[in-house]
This record gives sequence, structure tokens and C-alpha cells, in this order.
Amino acid sequence: MDTALAMPDLTPALAEIILAIGAMALLMLGVFRGEAATRAVSIGAVLLLIVAAFAVLSQPAERVLTFGGAFVMDGFAIVMKCLVLLGSAVAIVMAMGFMKRENLDRFEFPVLIVLATLGMLMMISANGLIALYMGLELQSLALYVVASFHRDSTRSTEAGLKYFVLGALSSGMLLYGSSLIYGFSGTTNFDVLSGVMATGGVSIGLLFGLIFLLAGLAFKVSAVPFHMWTPDVYEGAPTPVTAFFAAAPKIAAMALFLRVMHGAFSPAMAEWQQIVVFLSIASMVLGAFAAISQHNIKRMMAYSSIGHMGFALVGLASGTVDGVKGVVIYLTIYLIMNAGAFCCILAMRHKEGPVEEISDLAGLSRNQPMLAAAFAVLLFSLAGIPPLAGFFAKYYVFLAAIDAGLYTLAIIGVLASVVGAFYYLRIIKVMYFDEPAPAFAGPMGREMTAILTVSGLFTLLFILYPAPLLKMAEGAAISLVPAAVAEVMPEHATEAPAAH
Amino acid sequence: MILATIAFYIFAAVAVVAGFLVIASRNPVHSVLFLILAFFNAAGLFVLMGAEFLALILLIIYVGAVAVLFLFVVMMLDIDFSELREGFLQYLPVGALIGLIVLMELVMVFGTWAFTPEIAAVAASPIPPLNEMSNVEAIGQVMYTQYVYFFQAAGMVLLVAMIGAIVLTLRKRPNARRQVIADQVARTKETGLEIRKVDPGQGL
Repeated sequence: MDTALAMPDLTPALAEIILAIGAMALLMLGVFRGEAATRAVSIGAVLLLIVAAFAVLSQPAERVLTFGGAFVMDGFAIVMKCLVLLGSAVAIVMAMGFMKRENLDRFEFPVLIVLATLGMLMMISANGLIALYMGLELQSLALYVVASFHRDSTRSTEAGLKYFVLGALSSGMLLYGSSLIYGFSGTTNFDVLSGVMATGGVSIGLLFGLIFLLAGLAFKVSAVPFHMWTPDVYEGAPTPVTAFFAAAPKIAAMALFLRVMHGAFSPAMAEWQQIVVFLSIASMVLGAFAAISQHNIKRMMAYSSIGHMGFALVGLASGTVDGVKGVVIYLTIYLIMNAGAFCCILAMRHKEGPVEEISDLAGLSRNQPMLAAAFAVLLFSLAGIPPLAGFFAKYYVFLAAIDAGLYTLAIIGVLASVVGAFYYLRIIKVMYFDEPAPAFAGPMGREMTAILTVSGLFTLLFILYPAPLLKMAEGAAISLVPAAVAEVMPEHATEAPAAH
Repeated sequence: MILATIAFYIFAAVAVVAGFLVIASRNPVHSVLFLILAFFNAAGLFVLMGAEFLALILLIIYVGAVAVLFLFVVMMLDIDFSELREGFLQYLPVGALIGLIVLMELVMVFGTWAFTPEIAAVAASPIPPLNEMSNVEAIGQVMYTQYVYFFQAAGMVLLVAMIGAIVLTLRKRPNARRQVIADQVARTKETGLEIRKVDPGQGL
């Protein structure tokens, strides 16, 4: 304690620092220029996210710790952060036109998205319980606000309030678990924690803490039985906000899930594996069956996202490098498919305003054949029909599960995806074979067309050139998992306390 | 040491009773006042454990700011709390059952309570002995050095909370009269004065 602590190394956190300072600068711009600056702030926010992505990409791929071991930067973090930044940037672009039409274009929206993204990056890099909670809370608080951004709509306000109350409850469980873990291990640092468990075994108190922590994390990825908030929040929030919710926060929470399980709790794998298997099965099955009876397309996408998180958890449940690789591939493909699908949902509007019923899509193939075709490709891909990207996403996680000997999980997963295919195909049937409903007003904006085209082409052509994504996911997985194995070594366990 | 033990039991018992009364009392203002009582007793427990800084922080922040704010909110909002609590009895059995299960599990956990022997060695920030260093000094040693990241992160969380509160509640009121100092200064005799001739016995 008497040694003067040196200034912590700031370079690993460069992207976070850029986002934090940039968000404050954009806030100032908005405050002084007023509502007229909304467009400038939105564009500035997108540029800021791109700059942050370059800052992330400039980091070395090997594992670097800073801030007294609380912040970690490795190959896994680089990949996941780039995905999150991409998801947030796309969400801001998608929101610009919608917010203007709905008279919601206030400059705080892009600023809040940037701050939420900052929280997500901190979650991905968290290497301790306090850092985990700080990042999670920064992200969640910004998300609660954007969920009720349409404050004159009761549904949007209800969505925000519901999300806030349930989110606070889940944060409470997470904190309770964290305090038990700290109490029984004496540390909040993930590396030291896994060292303690590797030498001292998993005590029942630690296990208790782990379960509460898992419940909190499962809430954030909306895994069944902690999914209750998802349909209401997705339905009530403004559509671009729903598009954002379905992508970036899910990826960040899943990355955090992977890091906590494979990093801190790798010695307790036998214990968490069965819980994750349960979460995964329940999410896949409920996601598939509950989506069938939905009429509102945003609600259906909510159940679809619950199901998709269940599939991604299959990769985590297998507990291997291949499993992590599968999750990374899954999340990347899911992010891109989802962006395209929400572009199509955002295009659903009449003169009076946006519409959200599945029946409004009837006969879209005759009114707007290109849009219908693109949506059909994305829906086929979400359902996991073979030549499209969505099939490969599922393929890699199931392959990992089978290699790990989890046959039941894989079989239930495949069956759930068959059931899930029904409701995706039903939309295609409505678009192509039903009597046309009134046509939608106006063409899509140029930026939306661009996002939809990229997303559709990626989904179609992934099969031709999958190597870069596979290589990237493999690198990320290797950097996450063996790191955890190496830290079990006792000499690492004493590293952090020696610092003071 | 008997004095400390007696003090502990008094503080603990009053804290538990006050905590129960927070949810049991009919008048929401009484609930907040019992909450403040619970905070005071928790602060007493902190002092007994030698954490005098936490005790004072608890009083200043929770009693001084948060609870008083609660009190204002409760008194200003016209919420019928007895109506809100109508479903309470209906859900009580389920809640009690879940609470009981968690309690039993906790008892089972703490029945087999065992600290890992190496805890002292891995403790993230061991507390220095009280006679060497005061609480405030010990926290000051790590707050802006080892834990600077968390400190800054907490700052960002508060910034988001502030932006959120403004976004969700601030409304432009077109009819509101605001003071425009430039206009006031720019007034001249011509714009500010009007001279009328009033005939006797007529009025305006």
C-alpha cells in the first residue's frame, strides 16, 4: 500500500475513452445547438462508433490487463466489441428516418445509444465482479431510457417501466450473487477467482453465488425463465429501439456470459453446465412455441430472439473452444440477419404511421417484390434453411454440442428449430400467397436499402466464402478459453494481491 | 465487551423491527420515517464493526438525501397506497413460500459455512488495522488509484441517469413566461410608456 501506484495503462481502454469523451462532446453539441443539431449528432455518433471500432482493431490480439486487473483486452474482446459497435452504428442509422417521421428526433437518442455502447464495451472487457456490474448498469440504464423514448405513448412508457423494474430486480440478484462470491472467495477478480476455485474447490457458498449471478446474466440475454420482459418491451419500444435491443445488448450480454463462465468459473464447469443446458433447452422450446400464436411482428421477433439466444447458449453449454467459436459465429450471423429483418419491419408503414401486424404484410410480393424477396431470404435464414447463413450459425453450435456429448440438447435444439421454421414460413406465406393488403407508403430510405442489401447478400453468399468469419471466430474462441486454463495455475492466483 | 454486545442486539433488533414496519405501516410517510430509523440503526451497526466512514456516509447520503427525497415524493404524489397494496394478501402465500425456500437453502448453505483457507491471501484489498490507518485514509488510498476505473464508470452511470431524467421529463412549455434580460434592457421610454389624456370624470 505504501508504494505509489503508477498511472494505469490506458491504451487497452482506448475505445472506451474515445466513446466516453465523444459522447460528452456530442451532448454539448446537442445542448448548445438545440434540436436542429439532431442529424449532426446522429452522424457524429455513427462516426464516433466507427472511430472506436478502429481503436479496438488497433489493439494487439494477446491478452492485456489494466486498471489493476479489472479490465481485460484480448482477441475475444476485439471481435465482440467490433460486433457491438457495428450493431449500435446500424441501429442509429436505422433510427434516423423513423425518429424524424414520428417527431421523436431528439439529440439525446444517439448520445444514449453511444453511452449504452460504452457500457457494453465495458461489459465485454470486464475482468472482475465490480467492472461487470458497472458496465452492465451503464448499459441497462441507457436502455431503460431509450425503451420509453416515445414518452407520449403509453405502450412505450410501459415498456420502459417494466424493463426498469424487472431489470432492477435482476441487478439485485446479480449483486446478491456477487456479494456471496466475494464473501466465499475473498476476491472480485476473475483470474484470482478461478485460481481460488482450482485450488480450494467449489464451496457451496460459491455455488450459491454462481446461481444468483447466472440468474442475473440470463435475464440480460433474456433466456427462459427470465424472459418475461422481452415481448412487452420489444412490442412497446419504438421499432428502431427494438432493432437495437435485439442486436448489440444481446451480443454484449452473451460475451459477458461467456467470459464469466469460461474465465472466472471454468473450474466449476460441471456445475454451471447443467444450468446452461436447462436455460438453453427452455429458451429454444419456448421461443419456438410461443412465437406461433403472435400477430404482432415485433412480439414475434421478441420470441424469435429468445429462441436464438437459446441456440447460442447451446454453444456455451458444450463448454469447449468449438462451442465458443460456435457462439461467436452465431452472434455475428444473427446480428446481420436481424439488422436486415428490422429494416423490413421499419418499412412497414402507412400514411398514418407505422403498422406492426403480420397481416399487414399480405401480398407484399405484388406491391414491393424486391422488399418481399429480401425479407423472405432473411426469414428463411432465421429459420435455418440450409444454403443460407442462418443454417451455418446453427450447424456450428450443434456440432460443438455433439462433440461435447450433449446429444439430448442437440436433438431438442434441432426439433425446436423445426417448430420455429413454421412461424417464419408463415410470414413468407402471408407475403406471397395472401390477398394483397393496402400497399405501404413510400419507398425505403437510401440508408435502409443499403443495410438491407448488405444483410441480404451476406445471408445469401455466406456459403461461398465463410473462411474469414470462421477464422475470426476461432481466434476469438482460442483467446478466451486457453486463457482461462492458464490462469488456473497457482502462481497467477497470487499475482493480484502482490500488487499491493 | 458486554456493552458492545448489548448495543449490537439493540441496534439489530430495532433495525429488523423498523424494516418490517416499513412494509407494514399504512401511512406511506410513516414507512419512510421507519426507513430512516432502519438506516440509523444500520449506521450504528457499522460503527460497532469499526467502519465509521461507511456509517457516516450512510447517514449523509441515505438519510440526508435519499430518504428525504423519498419523503417529498411520497407527500407530493397523490398515490393511494392502500389501493396499490390490494393484491398484497393474494400474493402473500406464493411470496412466503418462495421466501421460505430461499431461507431454507440459505440456512443449508451457512450450516456448511466454510471459508476457503486462502481467503486472506487473495482478498482484493485487505483492510489495514484500525490503529494504523483510519477508514477514510484506507479508502482514499485505493479510491483514485487502484479503483479509478470503477470511479469513472460510476460517473458515467450517473451521467446517463441525469440525461435519462431530463429526456423523460423535460417538456417545452410554449405558454411559459420566461425572463429575457436582453428584452428588458432594450426597453425605451417609447416602448415602455404610454401617455393618455384622461378627461375628468370619465375614466379609461
